[in-house]
Amino acid sequence: MPPAIRLRALDKRYPAVHALRAVDLEVAQGDFFALLGPNGAGKTTLISLLAGLAKPTGGTAEVMGFDVVQHYREARSRLGVVPQELVYDAFFTVREMLRFQSGYFGLAHNDAWIDELLDNLSLADKANTYTRTLSGGMKRRLLVAQALVHKPPVIVLDEPTAGVDVGLRQSLWAFIRRLNGEGHTIMLTTHYLEEAEALCERVAMLKDGRVVALDRTANLLRTGAERRLELRLTPAVLPESLSGRFIERRGERFALALPDYTELENVLAELRRADIRIEEMELRQADLEDVFMKLTGQGT
Amino acid sequence: MSGMYGFRTLLYKEILRFWKVLLQTVMAPVLTALLYLLIFANVLGSHVQVYPGVSYTAFLMPGLVMMSILQNAFANGSSSLIQSKMNGNIVFVLLPPISNFEFFAAYLIASIVRGLVVGLGVLLVGLLFTELNLAHPLWVLAFGVLASAAFAAVGIVAGIWADKYDHLAGVQNFFIMPLTFLSGVFYSIHALPAFWQTVSHYNPVFFMIDGFRYGFHGVSDVDPWLSLAVVLPAALILSWIALQLIRSGYKLRS
Ligand SMILES: Nc1ncnc2c1ncn2[C@@H]1O[C@H](COP(=O)(O)OP(=O)(O)O)[C@@H](O)[C@H]1O
Ligand SMILES: [Mg+2]
Repeated sequence: MPPAIRLRALDKRYPAVHALRAVDLEVAQGDFFALLGPNGAGKTTLISLLAGLAKPTGGTAEVMGFDVVQHYREARSRLGVVPQELVYDAFFTVREMLRFQSGYFGLAHNDAWIDELLDNLSLADKANTYTRTLSGGMKRRLLVAQALVHKPPVIVLDEPTAGVDVGLRQSLWAFIRRLNGEGHTIMLTTHYLEEAEALCERVAMLKDGRVVALDRTANLLRTGAERRLELRLTPAVLPESLSGRFIERRGERFALALPDYTELENVLAELRRADIRIEEMELRQADLEDVFMKLTGQGT
Repeated sequence: MSGMYGFRTLLYKEILRFWKVLLQTVMAPVLTALLYLLIFANVLGSHVQVYPGVSYTAFLMPGLVMMSILQNAFANGSSSLIQSKMNGNIVFVLLPPISNFEFFAAYLIASIVRGLVVGLGVLLVGLLFTELNLAHPLWVLAFGVLASAAFAAVGIVAGIWADKYDHLAGVQNFFIMPLTFLSGVFYSIHALPAFWQTVSHYNPVFFMIDGFRYGFHGVSDVDPWLSLAVVLPAALILSWIALQLIRSGYKLRS
C-alpha cells in the first residue's frame, strides 16, 4: 500500500526565496496529519507542489503512489485541495460551481453527493445563491465542498478554519473527522494549534522551508518541551541560582523548566532565600504551542 | 470516468460564462457594429461603390461582421483568463485532472463560439438594413471559423501573459485595433496608395476579411485560395503557440 503522500527531496526556489529545501515526508493512508509552521515557512508552497499548481525545482512528490508530474491525471484525481486564499467565481451559483467541479473530475451525475456535502457544510439553503453574495465563512465552506466533490482519498486543507466562526468550525471538524474515519487521509495546516493538537495524530513543523520536527503529536508533546512552571514574582527578578531553568519571560511572568515535580521544592526554597514573593504560580504541561515556539522560535 | 467529460464541462462553463452576461458580451458589440454600419453607410453609401453591383452597405457588412468576430474571439479567452488569474479562481480548473490540450481546446472553442455568435448577431441585425448575397457559404464558414480561432488563440496568449487589465487593453488598442482597422473593413485596398497596399498584404486580417467578403459577394481583392493559404497557417501557428504556452505552465503553474 503506497503512502497517501510521499515527498522526496522536494525543493522549490522562487527567484527571490528558497521556499522549500529538500523536504522528505511521508503521510500514511488514513492518517490525520498537520503541517505547522510560521508564516512564510513554505506550507502553501508544499501544498501547491503536491497539487501541481507549482512546479518543483527538485525532488519528487507522489499522491497514492502517483508522481504528480509524470502521472498528473492519476495524482490529481486522488487529491482534493482546499486553497488558503478565499477564491470564488462570481459568475456562478453554489450548485453550478459544485457541478462544474464534479464535471472537471469526470463525474456527470453527482447531485446526491453534492447535496450531502451541502448539508454537512450547512450550505443547503445557499445552493442556488451566487457565490459572490456568500459570507467569508460560507465561501470557505464552499471551497471545502469543491475539494470533496470527487471523494478524493487524500484531502489537503490549507488553513480551512481561517475566518470560520467557532460553531461552524466545530461542525466542519466533525465532518472532516468523519471523512477520516471513512478512510480519507487528511493533511491540514492551521494557525489554531489547539486544533492540530486535538485532531491530528501526526505533526510536521516547517521552518524556512525545512522540516524541523516530524513525529506523532503525543511524542512531540512529551519530548519537545519540558513541563514548565510559570511564576509571577515581586520583585520581578529571578535569582541567579535559577537562571539555568529560565525558558522565557512574558511581562512579569517567568517560565521555568521543571522536568521533575520533586524539583519544585528546590525552586521555592531558592525564591524564599532571595526574599522574592510568589504572586501567582502555575504548573503546566507543554502544549503544541510551546513545542512550536521552541522549535521555530516564533509564535503562530 | 471519461477524460472527455472534464473537457466538455470546462467548455460548457466557458460558454455559460459569456452567455450569462449576454448584454455585455454579445448585445454591446452588435450595437457597436450597427453604429458603424449606420454612420458609414449613410455618409458614404451614395458616393462610394467598391465592386460593381454591390452597394457600399453590402460591401461593408462582411468586414464589420469579421471585425466583430475577431474582437470578440480575442476578448473572450483573454478576459476569462485574466479574471480567473486575478481572482485566483483559476485554481478550480488547474487542480482537476484536465490535460493541457483539453484546457487549451476548451478556452479556444468557447472563444470561437463567442466570436461566431457576435458575428451572427451583427449579420442578422445588418440584414435589416441591407440585402446581402451569399455566393459561397462554405468560404464564409471557413474564414469565419479560422479567423475566430486565430484571434481566440491570441486572446489565450494575451490572457495568460497579462498581469492586469491594463495589459490587455494595451494589446487591444495597439495590436488588435490597428490590425483590424488597417485591413480593408471600410474600403478596398485597391483604393489605397501603393505603399499602404503593400503594407496591407502583410496583415493577415486583410486576408481574413477579403476571403470572408468573397464568400458573400463572389468578388474580392485577392484570390480566396491565397487568403486561405494565409489564414489557415496563421490559425494553426497561433493555436500552437497558445498550446505550448499552456504546456509550459507560464504564469499558470509557477
Ligand atoms: N508564487 C510565489 N512567487 C514568489 N515567492 C513565493 C511565491 N509563493 C510563495 N513565495 C514565498 O515562499 C515562501 C513560503 O511561502 P508560503 O509557502 O506561502 O508559506 P506559508 O504557507 O507557510 O505561510 C515565502 O517567503 C513566500 O514569500
Ligand atoms: Mg500559507
